[in-house]
Amino acid sequence: MSISLFYFVAFLSIFFALMVIFAKNPVHSVLYLIVTFFTFTIHYILLNAQFLAIVNFIVYMGAIMVLFLFVLMLLNLNEGSVGSKSNLLKMIGVIAGMCLIITLVGSARVLNASEPLVLQTQDLGLVKNLGKVLFSKFLLPFEISSILLLSAMVGAVLLAKKDIKRV
Amino acid sequence: MELAFIIEKFVLVTVIFLISLTVAAYSTLAERKIAGYLQDRVGPNRAGPGGMFQPLADGLKMFFKEEIIPTDSSKALFILGPSLALLTSLIGSAVIPWGESIQIADRLVSLQIADVNVGILYIFGVVSLGVYGIMIGGWASNNKFSLMGAIRAASQSISYEIPMGLSIIALLMATNTLSMKEIAEQQHGMNWNIFYQPLGFIIFMVCSFAETNRTPFDLPECETELVGGYHTEYSGFKMGAFMFAEYLNMFLASAVMSTLYFGGYNYPGMDWVNSMLGPLFGPLVGMAVLLLKIFAFIFFFMWVRWTVPRFRYDQLMNLGWKVLIPLAIANIVITGIVITIFDKL
Repeated sequence: MSISLFYFVAFLSIFFALMVIFAKNPVHSVLYLIVTFFTFTIHYILLNAQFLAIVNFIVYMGAIMVLFLFVLMLLNLNEGSVGSKSNLLKMIGVIAGMCLIITLVGSARVLNASEPLVLQTQDLGLVKNLGKVLFSKFLLPFEISSILLLSAMVGAVLLAKKDIKRV
Repeated sequence: MELAFIIEKFVLVTVIFLISLTVAAYSTLAERKIAGYLQDRVGPNRAGPGGMFQPLADGLKMFFKEEIIPTDSSKALFILGPSLALLTSLIGSAVIPWGESIQIADRLVSLQIADVNVGILYIFGVVSLGVYGIMIGGWASNNKFSLMGAIRAASQSISYEIPMGLSIIALLMATNTLSMKEIAEQQHGMNWNIFYQPLGFIIFMVCSFAETNRTPFDLPECETELVGGYHTEYSGFKMGAFMFAEYLNMFLASAVMSTLYFGGYNYPGMDWVNSMLGPLFGPLVGMAVLLLKIFAFIFFFMWVRWTVPRFRYDQLMNLGWKVLIPLAIANIVITGIVITIFDKL
């Protein structure tokens, strides 16, 4: 039951990820990306990581994708406005596609099934355990990443100011 | 999964669904009645005694109106917008604990549809998803006023989600849990969270007003600037769906505020009432109390609507970023200090 559910959700993830690329309209593309993120949330729930699932839901679906959609709506790109590509771009596209195929074929040759994941404890992904691990075993990386985020925020504010001298 | 469990949840989902829809429908009537009262006029009183059947008449009117889909709109998204708005406003009530477990024969039936152990975050996720209905609908209309309304809704909801999340963090520090059920159980009797988190409650409430697009934060549908806002191009039942979603959101926000800060189904003297009425009817009284609290909040929403005028856009952003976020962070720091001091004592 769980395995077939996984394959179904995995199929949906890949399908919608492909639709992101194939959709002509950029806004449709973003909407497909939102659905893709939603399928990731389901993957997390299947792995019993409820906290990660809901954070993925809030941060990616609820905040970041809203900003994506926001910007694309303002840009007002239409199917016609993208225009036809130049020959050079088409050539580069062909070469990149070939490289992708070679990589995929190469990786398919050494393909073997990995060991199925077995959860040691059922409540591994609960908030309490996650918090304990983050604030004991991974305290340094956790704090460093928070400083990184803070500096990114300060940098963004600084870039958004038009005239730095007047501040 | 046993059959009794499925039936029990099915009945509960149906009942909650019906209650939500009825409350939302009668909120439209209550809004007009309260507006009438506050402006010293009568309000709707023709359909039925005291206007009781007005929501029914309004609903019928919405159904029979012509549904117009603009030629230049993207049709699938135009229909998806209001549907999504209605969906996100309905799924939030799944984690609200509507009462203590009731005992039917030998079975203990929980009055909560799903006890998710990250219940608050689930509500938060649903709220943050709510803006998609408005954004998609506004964009798909292919009308500049709708687009402006949609963009306002998006930026407003993102701005006010941050202080909302921060005020929830302070609440988590005080309650030590993310589960709505445990939060409700902790507030037994009169031990409500409002006494521990008064500032957090005020921030949360202001943010709920912004997230539900109610006055004084209803800039996405500001008639004086944007004709109708994000639903300018909508007519008939799709327009009704947007309006209905707003009232459902108000119901959900009231339920969340009552549960998180005002004790949910708890009331002083509940132990005595429970011992008098027994394990079947006692919790139902608790549920009635929760509904009363919700109605009080809905009344407050309407009261504010007819009292405070709409903000200007820069005032809205200033309030969100320069007042509420620093206040919410200060609230977290104060809560942390107080908890540490009490632990040491």
